[in-house]
Amino acid sequence: MAIEVRIPTILRSYTGGAKVVEGTGDTLGDLLADLDSRHAGLRGRLVTEAGALHRFVNVYVNDEDVRFLGALDAKLSDGDSVTILPAVAGGAFGFAAAAAIAQHGAATAIASHAGRRAAGVAR
Amino acid sequence: MARYDSLLDACGGTPLVGLPRLSPAVPDGAPPVRLWAKLEDRNPTGSIKDRAALFMVRAAEEAGRLRPGDTILEPTSGNTGISLAMVAKLRGYRLVCVMPENVSTERVQLLRMYGAEIIFSPAAGGSNQAVATAKQIAAEHPDWVMLYQYGNEANARAHYETTGPELLHDLPTITHFVAGLGTTGTLMGTGRYLREKVEGIQVVAAEPRYGELVYGLRNIDEGYVPELYDATVLSRRFSVGTRDAVLRTRQLVEVEGIFAGFSTGAILHAALAVAHEAVRDGRRADVAFVVADGGWKYLSTGAYGGTLADAEDALDGQLWA
Repeated sequence: MAIEVRIPTILRSYTGGAKVVEGTGDTLGDLLADLDSRHAGLRGRLVTEAGALHRFVNVYVNDEDVRFLGALDAKLSDGDSVTILPAVAGGAFGFAAAAAIAQHGAATAIASHAGRRAAGVAR
Repeated sequence: MARYDSLLDACGGTPLVGLPRLSPAVPDGAPPVRLWAKLEDRNPTGSIKDRAALFMVRAAEEAGRLRPGDTILEPTSGNTGISLAMVAKLRGYRLVCVMPENVSTERVQLLRMYGAEIIFSPAAGGSNQAVATAKQIAAEHPDWVMLYQYGNEANARAHYETTGPELLHDLPTITHFVAGLGTTGTLMGTGRYLREKVEGIQVVAAEPRYGELVYGLRNIDEGYVPELYDATVLSRRFSVGTRDAVLRTRQLVEVEGIFAGFSTGAILHAALAVAHEAVRDGRRADVAFVVADGGWKYLSTGAYGGTLADAEDALDGQLWA
C-alpha cells in the first residue's frame, strides 16, 4: 500500500501529465521528498526555501487541511489520500475580484488596509 | 420579535433549529451529540450575505465614503450581489455588478429585480477576462465605491456583532461552529466571538472543492488568500467535493425538511464528520452549522434529482458555493 496523491492541473508538468501519483512517507515532508525523487522539481513548487508550505498551496490529507495537522510534519499512514490544490478564494471569480481590486485598490477608496494587502498579494 | 421598522432591521435574528434525525445516535448512557442548523436563508434576500452587505454599506457611510446617490461597484455573481442590491435600493445607492455572462438566469433575474445594473464579461475569457473588465471599469470610474468583501473588515464584524452573539444566546452549550469558507467573513467574525466566550470551542471550516476548471490558474503564484483570513481563528479546515456536498444537501431536505443550497451540503458534511468523531470519543457535542442559503437559486442545475454522478457532472466547472 502507498499514499495516493492528487496533482492539480497546474503542476502536472512535473508528473508527466499524471493526475494521481503514489508515494510513501511517515510525514507530509517525507512524502514530498519521496515524490521529488521521481518527479523532480515538484517539491520546489510546494515548499518555500524557508521550508514552509507555499502560501498559495493547500494540501489536504483525507480532505483535511494539513496546516491544522502539523503542516509538513503532519503524520501519514498507508492508504491515506493526499490532495494538492492552489488557493483560490471563493472560486475563480473571487480571485478575479481580488485581482481587480489589487490593480485599482486604493484609488477606489477600499479600506486602505485591505487595498494595500490586496496589492501585495497580486504582485 | 416579529415587528420591524424596515426590511433592513429584519436582517439577522435567524432561527437555530435542532436536527434530531440527522444527529448521530449515541450508545446508551453516552453524552449527547446534537446538530443545530442556523437558518440564514431566513434573511431578507434569502442568504447569510445580507449581514455582511448591510454592515459594509453602513461602515462606508459612517466613514464618509458613501454619500446618497453614489454608485457601488462589486464584481460578484452570487449572493453578495443580491444582498448589496437590496441594501443599495433601500439606502439610495446605485449598484453595478460585474459578472461573467455564463451565470445562471436566476441570478441575473434576481439582481435586475432588485435594481442592480449588470456589466457582463465574456464567458470565453473566464476569470482572466472578468479581471480585465472589472479593472477597466474601476479605472474609468474612480468615483465609484468598491466595498470588496474579501478584505472589508465590516464583513467579519457583521458576524462578530450578530451571528456569534445569536448563536451563544440560543445555544450556550455550543462546542463546535461549522461554516463555509469563501470570503472567510462568517468564520472569522463568528469564530473570534465564540473563541472569546466559549472555552474549547472548535471553529471548523468547510471549503468547497470544485471541478478542475475552476482551478485554472497559470501558476501557483496567481493563487489568492482573502485579506480577511486568519488561520489562527480556525481549529480545522475540511475540503468537501461536489459529490459529498450534493449528497448532504439532498439528505438535509429528505431527512430534516430543510431545502438548502449546495454550499450548505458541504458545511453539513464537515459538521457530521466532527459529530461522528465526538460519538466515537464519547464526548458531548453541540455542533451548530450555517445554512447559508435556500436551494431555490440552484434548481436549474438539475442537481437535486437524478443520480449523484449526474449531479456531479451538472455542477462540474460551476461555482456552486
